[in-house]
Amino acid sequence: MSDFLQFMTEPIALRSLWACAIIGFTNGFVSALVVLRRSALQIGTISCALLPGIALSILLFGLGRMSILCGAGLAALLVGLGSLFVSRTSRLNHDTSLSIIHTTAFAIGYIILVNLGLQQKVDDWLFGSIMSMGHFDLWVAFITGALALLLITIFERPLLIYLFDPRIAATMGLPTLVFNYGIFALIILVLVSSLQAVGAFLTLGLLVAPAATMYLLTDRASLMFWGGGLIGCGGSVLAFFLSYPLGWHLGATIIVVLGVIFLLAYLVSPKRRGQIRTP
Amino acid sequence: MVTHDTDHICWGGANHHHHCRHALAVRGVGVCYHRVQALREVSFEIVCGHTLALMGANGAGKSTLLNVLAGLLTPEQGQVLWNGRPLHDTRREIAYMPQRSEVDWAFPMTVRELVEMGRYPSVGMWRRPKAHDEEIVQKALASLQLEPLQHRQISELSGGQQQRAFLARALAQEAHILLLDEPFTGLDVPGAESLAELLRSLAHEGRLVIASYHDVANAPRLFDKVLLLKQEVLAFGSAAEVLTPENLNRAFGQKI
Repeated sequence: MSDFLQFMTEPIALRSLWACAIIGFTNGFVSALVVLRRSALQIGTISCALLPGIALSILLFGLGRMSILCGAGLAALLVGLGSLFVSRTSRLNHDTSLSIIHTTAFAIGYIILVNLGLQQKVDDWLFGSIMSMGHFDLWVAFITGALALLLITIFERPLLIYLFDPRIAATMGLPTLVFNYGIFALIILVLVSSLQAVGAFLTLGLLVAPAATMYLLTDRASLMFWGGGLIGCGGSVLAFFLSYPLGWHLGATIIVVLGVIFLLAYLVSPKRRGQIRTP
Repeated sequence: MVTHDTDHICWGGANHHHHCRHALAVRGVGVCYHRVQALREVSFEIVCGHTLALMGANGAGKSTLLNVLAGLLTPEQGQVLWNGRPLHDTRREIAYMPQRSEVDWAFPMTVRELVEMGRYPSVGMWRRPKAHDEEIVQKALASLQLEPLQHRQISELSGGQQQRAFLARALAQEAHILLLDEPFTGLDVPGAESLAELLRSLAHEGRLVIASYHDVANAPRLFDKVLLLKQEVLAFGSAAEVLTPENLNRAFGQKI
């Protein structure tokens, strides 16, 4: 216990705690978009594409924070659009094409990183390393969170119409294409900004579990944003306090805590007989 | 109250002292899907106050035509005019209701929230709904007997209630044209009867109800006008005029 108190006085501890709160909230807030849009699998694919993105940008531009973020973002964009293209132009359904692209991209990324001799760091990119987040990363996370909060709050009403039924939104004159790509872009931004914290592999959990939990507890879509944000934030902060005494990896602890919260909600939810959305 | 806009003389039975002559004109509409002609030279004209069934065999172009009317599909040829102006310049005139099986009923939303959606085209992206909008929503809920159900989640409604919730949304939107994709599918006989009654009364108040429909035997009871499609318009007019044995034979082949 005294160890922990000692640790808490260090700047890195405070920074990590802030990172947990901000990234947990942002992901939880945005996770409503993923759950209501039923695109968890698609987002999973995109998040796995972050790894080859990182690998390629290191290969081309060397190790550097900015180049890693840009490479990850670019790869996510390419794979996301590519999967849409493949599923639209072939007879494979979306799930199948996503699964192929997702694993292939992941494997390529792994091969490149191992060949570059960066095997030690692969863990960090896969599972995150909140402790190694610097001020720059914290600012990126904060600005992303503020942007997501602002955009979703301003456009909440049209956004919910679009999420409920894009065709109805279109007949009402909503710019559905802008919404489609806007949501996509926002999710990629959140994914990339959380990469350092929870890694390419675990980030999907943070982007799905909070709103999925709220989905079991509420009838109101509008509550899923703030509710998801609070669950994401609370769960991440709780994980921070659990991980040090237990000696668990922080990113993984966050996902476990959120998973347990989801399970508890599932057990007490009056709505669990209704179907949970699957991608 | 509700008549805050010169266009909306039809709402609430205002046509008792006002002649409704809002006309929908479809002129030479043609649509191709991957070089297959889905619609060819579709033209017809209808004024509000009617219930129109779009009928035809599977693949005859019913849904395509409905999508064109809803503005979800831009036709390669032709145009759709509402009172002489392009229909899709005035988005809120149209309320579109998808097939019941295509709606995501598990979406966390109450009946009231669904109806409130109808106010969106009038309120717009940048303003908030006002007391006036709430009043219209309340009236729409009341006129479809949905007030006791307004706080239910939409998945908790019966099929007929779900249709009514969507119609209430159309009322809240103050839409003139109601476009319904196979609204009678999955309803039992009393449910279908009461929906037909409801559509008739909505039309009587001055709206134009257009629905895709496939049951030839029941069409004359449920709709007053029928448009028979097979890529092009085979026949258009009152149900009795259109649903003749030779027209049906042309539309459905040898089966009937």
